Amino acid sequence: MSFVPPLDDFPILAKPVNGKRLAYLDSAASAQKPKAVLDAMTEFATTEYANVHRGVHHLAARATERYEAARVAVAHFLNAKSSDEIIFTKGGTESLNLVSYAFLSPRISAGDEIVLTKMEHHSNIVPWHFMRERKRAVLKWVDVREDGSINPPAVAAAITPKTKLLAISHMSNVLGTITPLKEIIQIAHAKGVPVVVDGCQGAVHEVVDVQDLDADFYAFTGHKLYGPTGIGVLYGKRAHLKTMRPFQGGGEMIAEVAEDKITYAEPPHRFEAGTPPIIEAVGLAAAIKYLKQFDRAAIKAHELDLYQYARDQVRRLKWVRVIGEAPDKGAILSFETTSMHAHDVATILDGEGVAVRAGHHCAQILMERFNVASTTRASFGLYNTREDVDALIVGLEKARSILL
Amino acid sequence: MPLLWVSKRRGAYFSDMIDDSLRELYQEVILDHSKHPHHFGALEHATHNAHGYNPLCGDRITVHLVLGADGRITDIKFEGRGCAISQASASLMTDMLTGRTAAEAEKLMDGFLHLVKGEEGVTGLGEDDLETLQVMAGVSAFPMRVKCATLAWHTMKSALEGGSRSNEPAKTE
Repeated sequence: MSFVPPLDDFPILAKPVNGKRLAYLDSAASAQKPKAVLDAMTEFATTEYANVHRGVHHLAARATERYEAARVAVAHFLNAKSSDEIIFTKGGTESLNLVSYAFLSPRISAGDEIVLTKMEHHSNIVPWHFMRERKRAVLKWVDVREDGSINPPAVAAAITPKTKLLAISHMSNVLGTITPLKEIIQIAHAKGVPVVVDGCQGAVHEVVDVQDLDADFYAFTGHKLYGPTGIGVLYGKRAHLKTMRPFQGGGEMIAEVAEDKITYAEPPHRFEAGTPPIIEAVGLAAAIKYLKQFDRAAIKAHELDLYQYARDQVRRLKWVRVIGEAPDKGAILSFETTSMHAHDVATILDGEGVAVRAGHHCAQILMERFNVASTTRASFGLYNTREDVDALIVGLEKARSILL
Repeated sequence: MPLLWVSKRRGAYFSDMIDDSLRELYQEVILDHSKHPHHFGALEHATHNAHGYNPLCGDRITVHLVLGADGRITDIKFEGRGCAISQASASLMTDMLTGRTAAEAEKLMDGFLHLVKGEEGVTGLGEDDLETLQVMAGVSAFPMRVKCATLAWHTMKSALEGGSRSNEPAKTE
């Protein structure tokens, strides 16, 4: 274990909460930002900022350069063939909605099917419900195994000649399950079905190679990747993007506008209507650069070590039931507490400075599947330590003593 | 360890402010109500029903009541699942509103909503009612939990207003 959490890079972690040392265990909801990201955004905004792709002045050129350089950084981060395959959006949710509207909608009709798994979170569910409502498409749900893992043959079985898309998470935000993506994408492609991957968690904890995966689309968000809010990414294969209709209409996405005729820009700009999140793109590039200075495998090992440490401690508490123990999983610990509601537990943990998520985690179908109304979730980031886990366990014991 | 915590609930152990707030929030009366809720279950001859749902946490509640010919609420029951705060609040509500007229209930509901939001000047409530409601006042120190406390009361309101015709789940604000 060579990875040492760079606590000094995250000033917020040194700020006490409720008079206690902060144990931030909610990175799956949103990660804290290192100074390097905030500084990069401030530096850019105070020295090189202007709107992009318009204007011929010096700052417009500099800002355009930085914005497009961020696109290149993202392309390298995902190992995309070309930066033209990287679309900036306002978040993971918009990325998935873009696929729904611009790719799937013109290709799907009544009775056609979309296959998705029961562990998707709402942003990878609701855009497909739109297709059910508007195009009378059918949603087909692949169950997860009791341990929270995904069974590739079950995905294969759900695909029929009517299937127009498979939508699947790289990593579950509740169970931590890591999907055997490559195998599943091969299965789907063998049946002629394109695959959109929700990588909002996956991009943070796994090294992503979209070419190796052969993913058709890969969506992720900046703020979970230690970057700013307000920016997300959609990777799409160039062959798909070229055939897709625009998403929103506005400036930057057009080639020519006349009174009775319009032609659209080439991808990726076709899908970036209006002024994009420019400062945020610079911030995202800084977050990627920040991550790259570390050995990503070492970060993952560190996070998994914390998960295992927490899992072992929690196992001693007979009144805790862990949900999601797939053999291949990332550092997310979701659990139910006997006779104690997650919200009560989270309130008491907060009193101890321990920040966790409680509720349905925007994954109500999964909650239904495991027959729980809500769970408490501790999720780990690169800045967490065993001290955070110890605070969690102390807090849980305190919750028990107060509530029962 | 557990014995220590029990004694702390009676007063001495908590020292700092957040612990005091937590102690007030999860005081004995609240925990008793949540563990053994009063008037929990279905009500066959209900004249009014409503569903409440808190999309933030997924908590659900159904309130059933019988409104007599004289305009008094003769019976209330609730079903559902939720956190200690929402269950205790529902249980307390059924105790307090049984036997009241719809107008009296309305007044109490408004008073309660003011109280848990920490708003000053709750007026028009009898001393006994104020005292009973006071056990829920600790919620006002936890803004993220106010909706847990108000779910049952909003659902009750919507039951009285819309009766069994109301299909839209009650909102929490």
